[in-house]
Amino acid sequence: MSRKAAIVATRIAVIVAAILALELLCRAKIISPLTLIPPSEMASALWELITSGKIRDDIVQTFTTVALAFVLSVAAGFTLGVVIHALPRVRRALDPLLASYYSIPFFVFYPLLIALFGLNTVPLIVIGLVFATAAMVIATLNGLDRVPRVMTKTARILRLSPARAVLTVTLPAAAPYLFTGLKLALAYSFIGVIAGEFILSGGGLGFSIAYAYNNFDSETMYALMMFVLVIVTIVNGVLHVLEQRMLARRAGR
Amino acid sequence: MTQSWFKETLGGRVLDALVLIVLAALIWQGLYEYAGDSAITSPLMTLDYAASLIRSSNFWGHAQATLVAFAYSLAISIALGITLGLLLGFQRFAGDVAEPIFVALYTIPKVTLYPLILLIFGLGLSAKVAFGVIHGVIPIILFTLNAVKNLNPVLLRTSRVLRLTTFQTVTTVLAPAVMPELITGVRVGFSLTMLGVLIGEMFASQRGLGFLIINGISLHNVRMTTAVILIVVAFAIAANSALLALDKRVHRG
Repeated sequence: MSRKAAIVATRIAVIVAAILALELLCRAKIISPLTLIPPSEMASALWELITSGKIRDDIVQTFTTVALAFVLSVAAGFTLGVVIHALPRVRRALDPLLASYYSIPFFVFYPLLIALFGLNTVPLIVIGLVFATAAMVIATLNGLDRVPRVMTKTARILRLSPARAVLTVTLPAAAPYLFTGLKLALAYSFIGVIAGEFILSGGGLGFSIAYAYNNFDSETMYALMMFVLVIVTIVNGVLHVLEQRMLARRAGR
Repeated sequence: MTQSWFKETLGGRVLDALVLIVLAALIWQGLYEYAGDSAITSPLMTLDYAASLIRSSNFWGHAQATLVAFAYSLAISIALGITLGLLLGFQRFAGDVAEPIFVALYTIPKVTLYPLILLIFGLGLSAKVAFGVIHGVIPIILFTLNAVKNLNPVLLRTSRVLRLTTFQTVTTVLAPAVMPELITGVRVGFSLTMLGVLIGEMFASQRGLGFLIINGISLHNVRMTTAVILIVVAFAIAANSALLALDKRVHRG
């Protein structure tokens, strides 16, 4: 077995063993059922919730909000990144802000956003947007910085129109960095929206988890927690595989 | 535009920072004009109220609760993060198995785990600390792990050739070599630990600055919410700037 295969196999084994250990500890009542229920029970409770359609509205609401926050943050982050990259003076002024951006605990603004926009999905979209946009800006700047000079020069020698140069040279060259930005923007949109729902909101998966917690409904609570964590892990995993494929294709060229 | 504008001078940087602060204040004032007293207070009113808050003992009671929880979580995050990072960095195989798991943990919305933490630790200080730790420890592990992984093997071989004792190797070779990345990890961990503690206080707590913010919204005490947010954000930016300066210095030297 190659080293890489051994690593992946061990990783899967570690995760499976952790879940099994949890299952056993819960079944043996070493972990009190009031604290944690066995993963198998979470899964069956989740299955019931999904098939009964009870959480359909929450799922739809959370995913629409995350999707909106993601799309808006990518569009805004990319546009801002391109503009800032074109203006070195502005960029130098913004540099300290970008460097310390993620040190600001943005969730403290969330209650304020509710006061500003009302208790609906707008504050959730805004908090996701505010949280995710900077990652896309930083990734866009990184990507544009690392387009090799040779490529832009070649584009000029070939007399490509600006639009074609961007489409056929700049964007493909910056793609890996842009992809990192997409990945982070998606993760941050999820974190922003679900944390917002959790703290204070009227619906969505985060809200339902908090609601179940307050009502001591641990079956629903753990089922929903499992759902969120599994979905986010799958989405991130798919993006990771796509990224690896893209990088492999570029390396092979 | 003259060349001198582009020079990286202290005066230029201070000017840039001032312009950014003025811009932020203008946007803030604009929001205030748009939304009015019931949603947000104006920058000047907020500064005024924040100044009187800082002089009140009630505020310091809450600030102390947050700072104590934050100090504990940061200490645990750093100790645990560096230990695990070093172990996984030196055990190459274990590190390769674990790294993607930690990266995945980094991108999931950990706020969904808060009810579990509350059930394990109960309401109060230890739950806040635990929640801060699960946010802050992961970046510190990842940065330490990578610092050790990317350590130049020549360094360790040289120290063996020079017959340094383990203690000497650690203090004169290893520590200086991994220090820059460690500081970066601690800086990121610092911000995320604070985020974790504040979210914890916002969701289920009767004390602390996060509680003051969310309580201000529930009681329609917008003045309180806005002023506490200002204080928290100012503290975060100041602390990060100091760590960033340290970070830049160790990376250069």
